Amino acid sequence: MTSLNVEETKALIEEVLEVYPEKAKADRAKHLTVAEPGQETKGCITSNRKALPGVLTNRGCAYAGSKGVVWGPIKDMIHISHGPVGCGQYSRAGRRNYYVGTTGVDSYGTMNFTSDFQEKDIVFGGDKKLETLIDEIETLFPLNKGISVQSECPIGLIGDDIEAVSKAKAAEIGKPVVPVRCEGFRGVSQSLGHHIANDAVRDWVLSEDNKKEVGPYDVALIADYNIGGDAWSSRILLEEMGLNVVTQWSGDGTLNEVKNNVNVKLNLLHCYRSMNYLARHMEEKYDIPWVEFNFFGPTKTEESLRKIASFFDETIQANAEKVIAKYKAQTDAIIEKYRPRLEGKRVMLYVGGLRPRHTIGAYQDLGMEVIGTGYEFGHNDDYERTMEDLQNSTLLYDDVTGYEFEEFVKAMKPDLIGGGIKEKYIFQKMGIPFRQMHSWDYSGPYHGYDGFAIFARDMDMTLNNPCWKEMTAPWKKSA
Amino acid sequence: MPSVMLRENEGQLTLYIAKKDLEANVVSLEHDQADRWGGKIELDDGSAWYLDPMDTKPKLPKTVRVRRA
Ligand code: SF4
Repeated sequence: MTSLNVEETKALIEEVLEVYPEKAKADRAKHLTVAEPGQETKGCITSNRKALPGVLTNRGCAYAGSKGVVWGPIKDMIHISHGPVGCGQYSRAGRRNYYVGTTGVDSYGTMNFTSDFQEKDIVFGGDKKLETLIDEIETLFPLNKGISVQSECPIGLIGDDIEAVSKAKAAEIGKPVVPVRCEGFRGVSQSLGHHIANDAVRDWVLSEDNKKEVGPYDVALIADYNIGGDAWSSRILLEEMGLNVVTQWSGDGTLNEVKNNVNVKLNLLHCYRSMNYLARHMEEKYDIPWVEFNFFGPTKTEESLRKIASFFDETIQANAEKVIAKYKAQTDAIIEKYRPRLEGKRVMLYVGGLRPRHTIGAYQDLGMEVIGTGYEFGHNDDYERTMEDLQNSTLLYDDVTGYEFEEFVKAMKPDLIGGGIKEKYIFQKMGIPFRQMHSWDYSGPYHGYDGFAIFARDMDMTLNNPCWKEMTAPWKKSA
Repeated sequence: MPSVMLRENEGQLTLYIAKKDLEANVVSLEHDQADRWGGKIELDDGSAWYLDPMDTKPKLPKTVRVRRA
């Protein structure tokens, strides 16, 4: 299979856009482009705009960004999906944020708490119901450390005063009750939900009052959601380096860890998109610098370990080198085993917050090439960061529509696609190997050196699965 | 008058406008002295902003209000 060159890819974009009406075509054209490594990037692609009515978008809503991503994994708090039952129930435990704890006793990550709005709650308001719900939670789950109220669409529409209820109830039960105004209709995607959730943490959890003495190597691991255990396989590397991870959230995180975030020397930010707002805030208010890092694949992990170490003294820097050396043999063995099976394979990605750029290096380490990538809800700053990671000319698609993605795939014929559950079965039925790259297809972790072993195995297992040769029914095969 | 954050990133002064997701390098700053800081700010994307000059150089990062220049 030959790769398309820049001109051909541009022609492909034109061709795919052809079916749209004039206005939609002009709009979508701004979200599609071909980028070459190192190219000047400012404004090369439009992002973070409302999806067009009539196209199939894969985005989520602000509630999904707040409850599903930022708040949900804080395990010892109870997050109420305030509103109708569906929003929480259909997204329940779908992100596979692992945690340690006894579910239903001291941890609540995979449970769904909802006020289950009915018609009468819409008509007469749901504040009373929320009060009752909080009382019930206190009776049934007394070990919870706090409660957050995650608003679904109707709450904003009917104008309930969840702030007043939260304040009154917090005083009554003596625990934090955090109202989060993340109604699904706000913003254009789940991205605003991250921002709103960040702001709620800023306003309701972080505080000067929690300030205490900070050790020289105290760091926070933030915006790692511990999907399939990602934060754990990252954390061991940091600890081996001699850093003291005093706070890790929201994956496998606790409310106390969030509070304690003001007492660190450095914030280690994995997913820039979902927590940069807080990182910037803590830098300004609490004087805590932050650094982005990337723990996918050995090359990027190595770079990141050095970058993190550069914020500390020689001891840590020397330790970082030791960690890198220690895992060398392990990663070399993985690459030796899998690279021959994956070399030269071409990948198209379409994912969320950080993976459209962060995983490129890991594929590269296995000799694979990313030929197309895009974000569901990225912003300008994400695309700028993506440019640094590109290795070859790459098709970029922002908030790609179902139709566009299928057409691109038909023309570019990638050997593997990494995307979400909504695309998965379409592409599998088209006979193309597919990995679900949001929750690692029931696998993981993928972060760090240990994660890379699993990443490589999974890619091989998917790509070289014998089933892809059996796509034609036996009776349809020519003899 | 958008609210923007000025920040030093590896020695380079940057300006971040949350509303626009714009993170741009500052190419020129009118007053960059210890006792007078601010004025016209030019960015590498070609746009320019005006920050009322301050009497001291603030501790960065700092959120400030700027006008279009
Ligand atoms: S858009 Fe509204 S109704 Fe739909 S899932 Fe999000 S919060 Fe619920």
